[in-house]
Amino acid sequence: MSKKINIVQSTAVPLDMENVDTDQIIPARFLKATSREGFGENLFRDWRYDSHNQPKKDFILNDPTYSGRILVAAKNFGCGSSREHAAWAIKDYGFDVVVSSFFADIFKSNALNNFLLPVTVSDEFLQKIFRAIAGDPSVELIVSLQDQTLTIPSLGETTHFDISDYKKTCLLNGYDDIDFLLSIKDEIEAFERSRD
Amino acid sequence: MTKTLFEKIWDKHVIRTIDGGPSVLYIDKHFIHEVTSPQAFRGLEKRGQKVFRPKQIVATADHNVPTVDQHLPIKDELSRLQVQQLIENCRNNDIELYGLGHPFQGIVHVIGPELGITQPGMTIVCGDSHTSTHGAFGTIAFGIGTSEVEMVMGTQCLLQAKPKLMRINIEGTLNRGVLSKDIILYIISRISASGATGYFVEYAGSAIRGLSMEARMTICNMSIEMGAKGGMIAPDDITFAYLKGRPFAPQGEAWTKALAAWKELYSDPGAAFDMEIHIDAKDIEPMITYGTNPGMGIAVTGQIPSLQEVDDKERPSFEKSLQYMGLEPGSRMKGKKVDYVFIGSCTNSRIEDLRMVASFVKGKQKASDVEVWIVPGSKQVEKQATEEGIDKVFEAAGFHLRQPGCSACLGMNEDKIPAGKYCISTSNRNFEGRQGPNARTLLASPLTAALAAITGEVGDVREFI
Ligand code: SF4
Repeated sequence: MSKKINIVQSTAVPLDMENVDTDQIIPARFLKATSREGFGENLFRDWRYDSHNQPKKDFILNDPTYSGRILVAAKNFGCGSSREHAAWAIKDYGFDVVVSSFFADIFKSNALNNFLLPVTVSDEFLQKIFRAIAGDPSVELIVSLQDQTLTIPSLGETTHFDISDYKKTCLLNGYDDIDFLLSIKDEIEAFERSRD
Repeated sequence: MTKTLFEKIWDKHVIRTIDGGPSVLYIDKHFIHEVTSPQAFRGLEKRGQKVFRPKQIVATADHNVPTVDQHLPIKDELSRLQVQQLIENCRNNDIELYGLGHPFQGIVHVIGPELGITQPGMTIVCGDSHTSTHGAFGTIAFGIGTSEVEMVMGTQCLLQAKPKLMRINIEGTLNRGVLSKDIILYIISRISASGATGYFVEYAGSAIRGLSMEARMTICNMSIEMGAKGGMIAPDDITFAYLKGRPFAPQGEAWTKALAAWKELYSDPGAAFDMEIHIDAKDIEPMITYGTNPGMGIAVTGQIPSLQEVDDKERPSFEKSLQYMGLEPGSRMKGKKVDYVFIGSCTNSRIEDLRMVASFVKGKQKASDVEVWIVPGSKQVEKQATEEGIDKVFEAAGFHLRQPGCSACLGMNEDKIPAGKYCISTSNRNFEGRQGPNARTLLASPLTAALAAITGEVGDVREFI
């Protein structure tokens, strides 16, 4: 897993469907592994493959026209089960950024904890991205974490996205919440004593 | 200063707040299960860290366990391995495990409350989104991902931004045949599957106060289905009476002390919420879902929206969803044939649910072309059901009580609904493929499900009680 994110410049895969839940991203029957690796294979399993394990032609990941490190999804992406396997599967498949107009809470934290950058843009801007890709699948997007911007260079359009200062620093420097929490263990123990 | 219930608990657990960032939140209780914990144990090991407070963790095996012949080795190799790893991880880290064969085993959100581990005022997490169930006791309880499971194992803390607060007030008396499951399905159908994202919800009002603890848990359980971080209900005499005498509830002097503290847990009059919703209990009817997210619900007597009634923007998702379900826009759900009935899951598998189903089906016969699975939430529920003769009632009606676990709620074990079949289910999610590839789920209350077990179709329980 690549830690540290800053600039991602890439073509994108459009997944224009609302309320994509984590059961779709990775169905429960693939959650039996006890390591974090290899989930990309089963990303969107039941949309990607039919019951004979043949790729379904009409699903976007099976369409060679579209590829890239950025997944562009519609509203309420990642709702449902807390399974972090969803974020692992997306990252493992090769995406570094997911763009949507609205993310479910747990998915968003899971993504951030796995150096998969969730970028929230307005509904309008999201439609612009979908249209740009539909017009030309080879169009590139540029995401800059440092500047908190997403740009469609071909249109000369840029939008700003929010991320907490703390999380931004973590992602830019490649450290995570647990590193931080472990570093304040004395304080945690002092808190425990103060409650007794 | 006036505070909400949420703030009273939150403030007592914040160790510090990072500038421009989240707070360090101390976690009292951590539940773990076989599916979302192995990678966390492994991650911790890789960092050379030990589990920090093993006594604050309770483990169970529920998600992929079989619901028949639990005394035999698990047939599915991967499931067996996952359960085996949980046993080893718990042994190596001195964590209490209520695994298969243990009298306390069961679905994690059923056993926490029934054992009295879940208590008012606590912060509780689990690598499972339905951790919101525990909020019924006046706790801050929410689901977390595996990286966060690792954090809590390593430090007993999480970094959390304070969520916005919503209060949903339900006033009045419930209609006959309306259960708490109908209340929550109604709420979600009104505010949508993402309507509470970013919020922590408190449920209040006279209709909520009148509910049993089991019924309250059903409501809090499904908070996540409208995107909420969690749901909670202020504890009251019903809560205290439920907890008293449970195996892990405080006793003697400790009980008196705890009780005094618990009685302070309510939202002060005038406390501010970011959003308030008011619902009249008499507007709620028995509910059923027709689509592929829990927000797609209607009264059992109602009609699926027609295409014209759906927003332009949402039409493609709506059509796709109905196509998956094999249902027509504008049609009625009442009278729809079902193939399977699943009564179980952390939403509705408690003793009260089984009692209700038993009293409804007593003396009646299962429809011949319906498969019925009744899965108790825990060993304790199973035992109690047997002691009360509920299992006999089921057998007389033509179905039997299985053994505890998550079962067809997520179809991770063998209990899968076959492709294209309709299952009326008391669980919480009707997502595509949730109960098995291409399975079609209709979410409903235990009573509506029990009715379908007898008639083989979606019906209105009010005509039968
Ligand atoms: S019963 Fe269903 S929702 Fe509840 S914990 Fe198990 S899988 Fe999750």
